[in-house]
Amino acid sequence: MPLCSANCGSNAILKRPKTGDALCKECFFEAFENEVHFTITKARLFEPGKTVAIAASGGKDSTVLAYVLKLLNEKFKYNLKLVLLSIDEGITGYRDDSLDTVKKNRDDYEMPLKIMSYKDLYGWTMDEIVAEIGRKNNCTFCGVFRRQALDRGANLLKVDYLATGHNADDIAETVLMNILRGDLARLNRCTSIITDSGDGIPRVKPLKYTYEKEIVMYAYFRKLIYFSTECVFAPNAYRGHARVLLKDLEKIDPSVIMNIIQSGESLKVNETANMPTLTKCSRCNYVSSQTVCKACVLLEGLNKGLPRLGIGKSSKVKRILEENEKKNCDSTSCCRTNNCKKDIEGVEKCTDKLSSVNLIK
Amino acid sequence: MSNLEITIEFGGGAELLFDNKKAHNVSLPIKNKQWIIGDLLLWIKENLLKDRPELFLQDDSVRPGILVLVNDADWELMDTVNYVIQPKDKILFISTLHGG
Repeated sequence: MPLCSANCGSNAILKRPKTGDALCKECFFEAFENEVHFTITKARLFEPGKTVAIAASGGKDSTVLAYVLKLLNEKFKYNLKLVLLSIDEGITGYRDDSLDTVKKNRDDYEMPLKIMSYKDLYGWTMDEIVAEIGRKNNCTFCGVFRRQALDRGANLLKVDYLATGHNADDIAETVLMNILRGDLARLNRCTSIITDSGDGIPRVKPLKYTYEKEIVMYAYFRKLIYFSTECVFAPNAYRGHARVLLKDLEKIDPSVIMNIIQSGESLKVNETANMPTLTKCSRCNYVSSQTVCKACVLLEGLNKGLPRLGIGKSSKVKRILEENEKKNCDSTSCCRTNNCKKDIEGVEKCTDKLSSVNLIK
Repeated sequence: MSNLEITIEFGGGAELLFDNKKAHNVSLPIKNKQWIIGDLLLWIKENLLKDRPELFLQDDSVRPGILVLVNDADWELMDTVNYVIQPKDKILFISTLHGG
């Protein structure tokens, strides 16, 4: 058994993927925590006196994030107020169990917890959505809805920051995926440690440079309780090609993770590249690259019995939406398009109806 | 000579591949050569793994993303698949691939 590289005399328990160092338990804890602290201070993630919502799923990343933020907040006197924010997608046998883990985090770490449900936000649980659309594109709904749900939760809680548990492996995977998809807009922003959804609440990623291996090892040696299972609707959804590729590469040389992140950070998209401009959704006011945001399109599909509406190309969606609205205009029930704005009453009716479905009650 | 008695544990979601059972006390038959973890992986495939071996094994090792700890220490410090198993060893497999 090798000795700790920090020359403390103890036996090493872990080989660090980032540096190759062999560290003992105590030196590993110190290195892990100090690096997160360094990331937070170098990027000036938080201002003292502010409130941070930690997006908590009960999984390994958010559990470690909550634990470490609490520890660093006390140790380095960040003077932050920490709260937990969880999303209940309404998936029986999956989220109900992991929410129990989050509730345990709430008690262990003495942080207030807010749970927002898809049912309250959108009128649909994932169980109901799957019953409607089957198991093929359900992850699209869940992913789109979750992002907005976190932002809406952060708004409701009036917090100053929303911290997510994205780790280095996640970010490298996202960079790869955006390259594979040719998604320049996302490629351009996916490595940012702070992003803004347009609502003034920055999203921050304190674990951006932390390897997944170290997060799992940290949770294990700190004996943190986290929930690990597969979503009942997407067994093996994690086996995306980008993920498999990345894990295979990481096995050969763990530094590929940092190299990919660094490449993503250093990339500058050619000025002549065609980039979508961000605007606000005309229905729910959420930041969007289309007139109507993806969540509202998916929701309209569900509510009108056309669940596949938001799956596929946005140009096709636009056409179907316009056709629908034209039909609706004729029957004067609901109207939104420019060429029939004269029907002001209709517009108002429509907006009210949508916001009651869409916004937090 | 008696068998080689060890404990195998699964965590982080890896237990889902083994009937959700986290700890297995196993007795490995004595053979001509010493037992290394590489042999143990094949033994697990034959004796414990129910189905979908590709979610646990890849080539001659575990699938990338599954961590292995021998007596609570990273197997990467111990030559991974070539580690010679000792009596009463605790060998833990933790998946990092499962979400929350």
